[in-house]
Amino acid sequence: MSATINPSEAPTLAPIAEPGWKTFLIKPSAKRSMFIAGTLFVLLCLTRVITDGTDLTSSATMGTTLRVTIPILLAGLAGLWAERVGIVNIAIEGMMIFGTWFGGWAAWKYGPWQGLALAVVAGAVGGLIHAFVVVRFNVNHVLSGVALNLFAFGAMRYLSELVYAKDQPGGKAGGGISKSPQQKYPIPVFNVPFLAGGEIGGWKSPDMLGWLEKHHWFIVSDAAGLARGLVYQVSWASAIALMLVPLTAWVLWRTRFGLRVRSSGEDPAAAETLGVRVTPLRYAAMAISGAFAGFSGGFLAIVSANYYQQGQTASRGYIGLATTIFGNWRPLGVLGGATLFGFAEALNLVGPASLPNLFLFGTFACLLVVVLQMVQHKIVPAINGIIAGAILLVGYITIDKVPEPLTKATPYVVTLIVLATASQRLRPPAHAGMPYRSGENH
Amino acid sequence: MNIPIETSVNQATGASNDVGGDSSQSFLNRLVRPDSGQSVLITIASSLLAIVIALLIAGAILLITGKNPIDAYSKMLHAGTTSVKLVESMQRATPLILAAVAVAIGFKMNLFNIGVEGQYLIGVFFAAVVGAKVSFPPVLHVTFVLLVAMVAGAAWSGIAAYLKVKKGVNEVIATIMLNAIALSVIDWLFTSYFRYESSSLDVKTKPLPSSAWMPVLFTITRKTGKTTQNATLTSFFLVALLVVLLFWLVVYKSTFGFRLRASGYNAVAARTAGISSGRMIVVAMLMSGAIAGLVGMPYLLGESHAYGPSRPDGYGFNGIAVALLGRNHPAGIIAAAFLWGFLDSVSAPLQIAHLPQSIVLVLKAIILITVVVVNEVVGRRVAKRTADRTAAALALPTAAVAV
Repeated sequence: MSATINPSEAPTLAPIAEPGWKTFLIKPSAKRSMFIAGTLFVLLCLTRVITDGTDLTSSATMGTTLRVTIPILLAGLAGLWAERVGIVNIAIEGMMIFGTWFGGWAAWKYGPWQGLALAVVAGAVGGLIHAFVVVRFNVNHVLSGVALNLFAFGAMRYLSELVYAKDQPGGKAGGGISKSPQQKYPIPVFNVPFLAGGEIGGWKSPDMLGWLEKHHWFIVSDAAGLARGLVYQVSWASAIALMLVPLTAWVLWRTRFGLRVRSSGEDPAAAETLGVRVTPLRYAAMAISGAFAGFSGGFLAIVSANYYQQGQTASRGYIGLATTIFGNWRPLGVLGGATLFGFAEALNLVGPASLPNLFLFGTFACLLVVVLQMVQHKIVPAINGIIAGAILLVGYITIDKVPEPLTKATPYVVTLIVLATASQRLRPPAHAGMPYRSGENH
Repeated sequence: MNIPIETSVNQATGASNDVGGDSSQSFLNRLVRPDSGQSVLITIASSLLAIVIALLIAGAILLITGKNPIDAYSKMLHAGTTSVKLVESMQRATPLILAAVAVAIGFKMNLFNIGVEGQYLIGVFFAAVVGAKVSFPPVLHVTFVLLVAMVAGAAWSGIAAYLKVKKGVNEVIATIMLNAIALSVIDWLFTSYFRYESSSLDVKTKPLPSSAWMPVLFTITRKTGKTTQNATLTSFFLVALLVVLLFWLVVYKSTFGFRLRASGYNAVAARTAGISSGRMIVVAMLMSGAIAGLVGMPYLLGESHAYGPSRPDGYGFNGIAVALLGRNHPAGIIAAAFLWGFLDSVSAPLQIAHLPQSIVLVLKAIILITVVVVNEVVGRRVAKRTADRTAAALALPTAAVAV
């Protein structure tokens, strides 16, 4: 039967898989999400006004948020690509380690763009290794991932020992066994004209958002601060990474290739009966997944810092995987999750003093939840919300300063809470992580 | 062919959130189930084959990077087989045995406990803090400290068990997050409350009284020319062996162990026999966490006698490697832990001989990958051969029998 079906007919299934034309960025309940995001923003502004902690919505916080969000976002997209094709990629961390090392090395040796390019290639090779072990040998995906993470750590330390040790050329230039020498040139940054005072042919345009932000008007200045963070002193690498979100959405939900990738993650046996060649598809998607992870690692070694250092990835690969999950395997969801982590981390970097203010913000958020639940006559969640809100309020009143080690735990705790509350509503690709051998399941 | 069953398990327990770990675990089953129809000989031979392949791959890496693999391997063999290094291997194997048993208990119930790392750190920290606050007679004190460590480890893994059973959160993600949270919580408690300034250079928690120390079994010293090497083996090695024995008795020989393995192998079938998978998940996770709590005890009770920044590190992931290498079998775990200890112990001699010591890390990772791949290939071959023989016996064409 399968012999008569022409593979090019497969895309005609698209309307069945995804009705509506706007649904490919975010799930259909987008309006509700936008409403909640908007309300949360107003609550954040309110918190800013009450606590007088300008860091909450300053452009500096937002700029830092962008910088720390990008690696997590890219790791999340790496997870998205892998899981959409049906492979659990717990080795994002390892592929990122490849990216940091090769990116840092090439950026030191040749230049930042060459570094980024090599990081992407190195990550893709890591993705192909993972694909080879799981697709060719059908090894459990998590096992292969754990092994690859160990391998990446060991192999990159080995390379450092060969290149950066004291008696090697890299060592003489200022490197060490766990650190590369500093790079000479960074990736250039830009300001957007008119919005953040960028230059057009030598003429300096007005910095409109900066002017608005300085006045500390309720909501207006806050919005300006957040927006200015996105257009002021932006690295080209960040801009490219942000563009990858709509690109991923478009490729996965609007192209023939993307449909096949998703069908391989939902039901590879059915896809194969329709003439989709699942095995090469999985290699391709894993190469893309690895490339994203490598880019993420390269960003850490070239943009976030100007040298490679062992341990630079700092579990961001795992956080990225978590954003894949609570972004509900959607590009915009991943962006949202990564921003949440990035915001927590950025606030920690820019103004740790404003962290306790988040307790007040949390109290407001709980109040919102309580109101929403009361409207729907759900008593138990509402009571839970009141209790949580009360605890947070007590926290805001009593805690002046969050201990520094605990602030580091924030993203992980947030992940667990989100997963515990939302995991019943998430829908993973049906076949992600399951064993599959081409030709044997039908 | 396991897929429909596993999918229905997911639906039945409402655990539809995960990264696919649950669904993939029908596969874990094939890896870890005790009665996979393979003879012990094939298992050992395939593990050895995997190690040889790994040595070849690592040798190729050495060769490509301009190092002599023969030099490196002969140095490892030469340095590693001295009596001092063998004792050091045993000492290094001790925590790995415990970590591997903790991981293996999880595997038996189809759980992937990546959280051993966080569980033993929590165990070490609380054991150090609580153990230093009380005073007991010698044997009782050690027992008390061990109990505290086990309870702390079990409590930490219990969070993951609760999230999995009640909230449907995949344990792989939950334990990864809990590892990171454990580090932060410990750092916070240590820097804020439990620092004991004995001297400015040596920041640790308050040291345990000597009644809570584990005795040294023996110290071995060897003189080669001007340098003296020595290695000690603490009595915790015996405790580790005892834990392995208990693991074997409980998981392989008791009714409870049978129920555990049955539930891990096929939760739906086990439920028809009255075995609640949720309960088994909680019990297995708590047991795994309790054993994980012991992992840091050789360090606490044998070496440092206090918690400090020089805490042990990396036993969780290496424990996974050892459990897989030993195929979750008690004897296999001991052998694999010894191999890992051996490789760790030759790292320093390699450095002294101006050979890149990190090749040991690379070699360990490659061994892990080749072992899981070879297990898989050999397992399929054996299954195919069994099917072929059955088919031949039934005089049916091979193609009609699904593998």
